[in-house]
Amino acid sequence: MKRKKKINVPVLIGSIIIGCFVLVAVFAPWIAPYDPTLTSVTTYAKPSAEHWLGTNDVGQDIFSELIYGTRISMLIGVFAAAIVTIIGTLFALLSAWYGGIVDKAVTALTNLAMAVPGLALTTLLVCYLSPGKISIIVAISITAWTGTARVLRSRILALTEEPFVKIEKAIGQRDLVIMGKHLVPNLKDIILSRGAMAVSSAMMTEASLSFLGLGEFGEKSWGAILHYAFFRNGVIRGFTWWYLPPILCTSLAVLGFMLVGYYGQQSR
Amino acid sequence: MLEMKNVSVKFSADSDVQAVEDVSLVLPAGGRIALVGETGSGKSVLLLAVLRLLPEAAQTKGDVLLDGVSIWKMKRRELNRLRGGVISYVPQGGGGSMNPLMKVGFQVGEPLMEHKGFRKKDAVAKSVDLLRYFHLGSEETLAQAYPHTFSGGMRQRAMIAMGIAAGARILLADEPSKGLDEKRVALVVDAFNRLEEKSILCVTHDLMFASKISDHICVLYAAQQVEFGTTEQILVSPLHPYTLDMIDAIPENGMKVDQAGFAPPHTGYKNYGCRYRHRCRYCTTQCEKMPPIFDVGDRKVRCWLYADPNRKAL
Repeated sequence: MKRKKKINVPVLIGSIIIGCFVLVAVFAPWIAPYDPTLTSVTTYAKPSAEHWLGTNDVGQDIFSELIYGTRISMLIGVFAAAIVTIIGTLFALLSAWYGGIVDKAVTALTNLAMAVPGLALTTLLVCYLSPGKISIIVAISITAWTGTARVLRSRILALTEEPFVKIEKAIGQRDLVIMGKHLVPNLKDIILSRGAMAVSSAMMTEASLSFLGLGEFGEKSWGAILHYAFFRNGVIRGFTWWYLPPILCTSLAVLGFMLVGYYGQQSR
Repeated sequence: MLEMKNVSVKFSADSDVQAVEDVSLVLPAGGRIALVGETGSGKSVLLLAVLRLLPEAAQTKGDVLLDGVSIWKMKRRELNRLRGGVISYVPQGGGGSMNPLMKVGFQVGEPLMEHKGFRKKDAVAKSVDLLRYFHLGSEETLAQAYPHTFSGGMRQRAMIAMGIAAGARILLADEPSKGLDEKRVALVVDAFNRLEEKSILCVTHDLMFASKISDHICVLYAAQQVEFGTTEQILVSPLHPYTLDMIDAIPENGMKVDQAGFAPPHTGYKNYGCRYRHRCRYCTTQCEKMPPIFDVGDRKVRCWLYADPNRKAL
């Protein structure tokens, strides 16, 4: 029984966007015309054939910075999202499968974590852990798992009442096997789409934190380029070629992951 | 021997409505008991309660003993060894009875891997044999297929195959004849009867099916046990008015149905008296009190008619 698969246009567009950024990130050294850390005497240069997006206050090539920035932005986004999704899934499994006091505890923890303003807590955590990419990933992981946990918990609760899960219990299957073989595979569409959404929100958070100057020193993400554009008078002097590209890149990447996450889930 | 002692199940703490109320039943080794009764009478819940498969919200009272050992007080590990290995549960083969993402052969063989330490390949090979036992046709192909390609009847038989896979000696079957045509029902009957040394506790709506596979019948009505006796006794000379009405409703017996009799079972059970009284043609004022279970010979019945021990069947 073969059915012609309808192409999910938003997901396709999202995937293309993500694919492009991944390619840029992987082949950054070949694409970027300059070493992004290389300083020169041509400071605050306007876009030209030599420097497509001009140079910054210390003469670094902004286009190269942007290319290398893709790496760090994507890395943090994907890494943090993976951890967030894993934590969310584990908490959801714990609370929905074991129920009772475990469920109450996890739900209370979720509510608590949801009640705290996310960005404020993340900022605080990064400051506390000393700025850098690891602390950004850690901070995002600690604060952003709640939505995933909540959505998955309700789905697992519905699944546990399905006869095929019940019969797994009835044949004396171990909990871990039921979770790994029967629950998670049946949730993979929602886990993946939640994961894609988590990437987009992690990238946003990372951009915000880096803009505030809490990013990794030396390795500039898109948010960090924006930070320098702002604090080294790029914005005030109207150097659109300096501050607009990182904004566009962030928005586009976030859009890509959102499209995949949101419509990937809706096609069900 | 499986022994249910005063089993009660309730789904809400602050309601009087019970799903199963004070049911005691003994399934001897090699015995076959059919649980019959109308929809919502608690048959399936009772079956699930045996292996503690009820949802968490359910509150249970009483006890279930296997050869004198309480299943309900068992530790999780022992319980898991028991489930599928000693007692297996065969659910209704509806749409959700199999994991849509796993091949049928693998799922049928799963109890073998869990209890007999089979490897995946051997388990799938064994499950092909099991499927062949139920005449599914081109079993090797079917074992590699996903459940959505199965019809209801095929799924039902695959579920039974899974139930007997690990050699459990007690089978709890929930409507194994549901959705099957007469010939397939005959196959299920045949399969059950071939499992000679196994005990079977089977929920069914199909009295003909019950008559073929069981030696005793337990009739449930509105969460209570109303009659218990051998299959022949129940079908030939029922004691309880409900059993009689049920047998009268069989097509071969003229499908006599009293339309007024389809009032839903009363929800305010407390102090209601006999729960069948609003539908019962033998109802008297005495029925405003709940009848106890009377012994009539070797049979049991919950009806005031039998307060007089010399009273004959209806």
